[in-house]
Amino acid sequence: METPPPTPDAPDVLANTEIAVRVKDFSLWYGTFQALFAVDFNVKQGIITSLIGPSGCGKSTLLRSINRINDRLGYVRTEGVIEVLGKNVLDSDVALPQLRKQVGMVFQRPNPLPLSIRENILFSYTLHTPDARKRTKAEKDQIVEEALREVLLWDTVKDRLDHSATALSLEQQQKLCIARLLPVKPRVLLMDEPCSALDPEATAAVEELIWQLRGEYTILMVTHNMAQARRASDECAFMLMGKLVEHADTAEMFVTPRHKETADYIEGRYG
Amino acid sequence: MQGIMYLGGISAIIFIIGIFVFIAKEGLPFLFGAFDLKEFFTSPRWIPTSENNPTYGALALILGTASVTGMAMIVAIPFSLGAAIFIGEFATGKTRETLKILIELLAAIPSVVWGFIGLTIMNGLIIKLFNVPIGLNVLNAGIILGLMAAPIMTTIAEDSLKAVPDKYREAAEAMGATRWQTIRRVVLPAAKNGLVSAVLLGVGRGFGETMAVLMASGHSINIPHSVFDSVRALTATIAAELGETAVGSPHYGALFTLGILLFIITFLINLTADLVVRGIRKK
Repeated sequence: METPPPTPDAPDVLANTEIAVRVKDFSLWYGTFQALFAVDFNVKQGIITSLIGPSGCGKSTLLRSINRINDRLGYVRTEGVIEVLGKNVLDSDVALPQLRKQVGMVFQRPNPLPLSIRENILFSYTLHTPDARKRTKAEKDQIVEEALREVLLWDTVKDRLDHSATALSLEQQQKLCIARLLPVKPRVLLMDEPCSALDPEATAAVEELIWQLRGEYTILMVTHNMAQARRASDECAFMLMGKLVEHADTAEMFVTPRHKETADYIEGRYG
Repeated sequence: MQGIMYLGGISAIIFIIGIFVFIAKEGLPFLFGAFDLKEFFTSPRWIPTSENNPTYGALALILGTASVTGMAMIVAIPFSLGAAIFIGEFATGKTRETLKILIELLAAIPSVVWGFIGLTIMNGLIIKLFNVPIGLNVLNAGIILGLMAAPIMTTIAEDSLKAVPDKYREAAEAMGATRWQTIRRVVLPAAKNGLVSAVLLGVGRGFGETMAVLMASGHSINIPHSVFDSVRALTATIAAELGETAVGSPHYGALFTLGILLFIITFLINLTADLVVRGIRKK
């Protein structure tokens, strides 16, 4: 908790070239509608990669394929490979609970469970810890405190851990939704427009928090907000009409995009 | 047009007050006359037709109704919650629609038909299976009543499951919860109020049901000691005896007093169910 947040140009993070998520030739259909076309995309470990593109371009679909939460819809068909830490998550023998333990997700609208703050933090932990019942209250308190400290929420909520999480402000809810992923030590955090329901101040606070988690977790963030992608990510990928158009260092993409479509989009000609 | 709408709207209130006034008017002379509060609630001796010394102990009737309703809930709660969870959380498309229609059909079966099933099929079945002398008893009436109450309980329980926003399920599943874990740890707690009120309405149905209970319970005054004892319910007593009493007699008034008791019990149950649904009991 005492380690200072890594700075944007800390070499130890960016020097890491290991791939956390490898998407190979991945296509996806909703019923008969093809939403993704042969996407190839590598997400490097320990950095923040942002996914940008106009509405309906498939960026959320791609994100939601990585933890297979799209499976819930029941009419999704896929082709290709998505490897998370070396294992193809589309294989039929993949244990979804295991996968989702390693790949946490933060949603567009904060969605704390209608339980207390404490229960929200311990939810994932008890799911994935077989002997969770035997853990003492002190151990669980410790876990709750650590998770809340990590998202800078501890001081605000420490006196009302038994209050309902849904009564918190949106900013606090979203931070809680990040905090509840941390006790099971995920490797990858998927964030689907994590700030789009928040006001500018809350956005800044959550962005700062995400930046702090960088290094420890691999973060893939869908965003509608180009300014956010620019200031809060290391690498950036641009999608259009279900295809991945360009993937580069954020600084590079925003200054010298290689494709015309990318240039048009970041200059605001559409989207 | 608006006037008619208004009349329709307040008619429910007028009727309920009218019914209460009527029952009270008929029951009150007895309440202030031959009525003995202690005897009414503690004596099992319901002998209103005695020439010299009629007694009006309703204990056996109250226990009869309570035991049959209790048995009914033992049958109906697992059935209806199971059905609601299956329909609301697992079944999709055609299966789901078909099941919902079937359950509504089940709710539309007249109670006398249920009573008939209890009197003929269940009676023989219970005698054979448990080797008891009579099959018209708490078990029989309880099962019949449970099956009767289950459809409405299923419908209300399923509505309350459906009212749980899908984002909660998605959040839980994204954290790696299985379908069952999601239901047990997120959906059921979130739907708790609706589920409790579904059960309470089932209990209310049980207290109020007359014909099926009259036919399947054996209709004999008894304090039940096992599920194989015959009992008599409050409602069935009113239905069976009211036609044979002289208007205005103490017996007549006593039956209306039973009616007042039933009215108060079902009113309280429904009120509680309503309050629970509105979450007033939530802190």
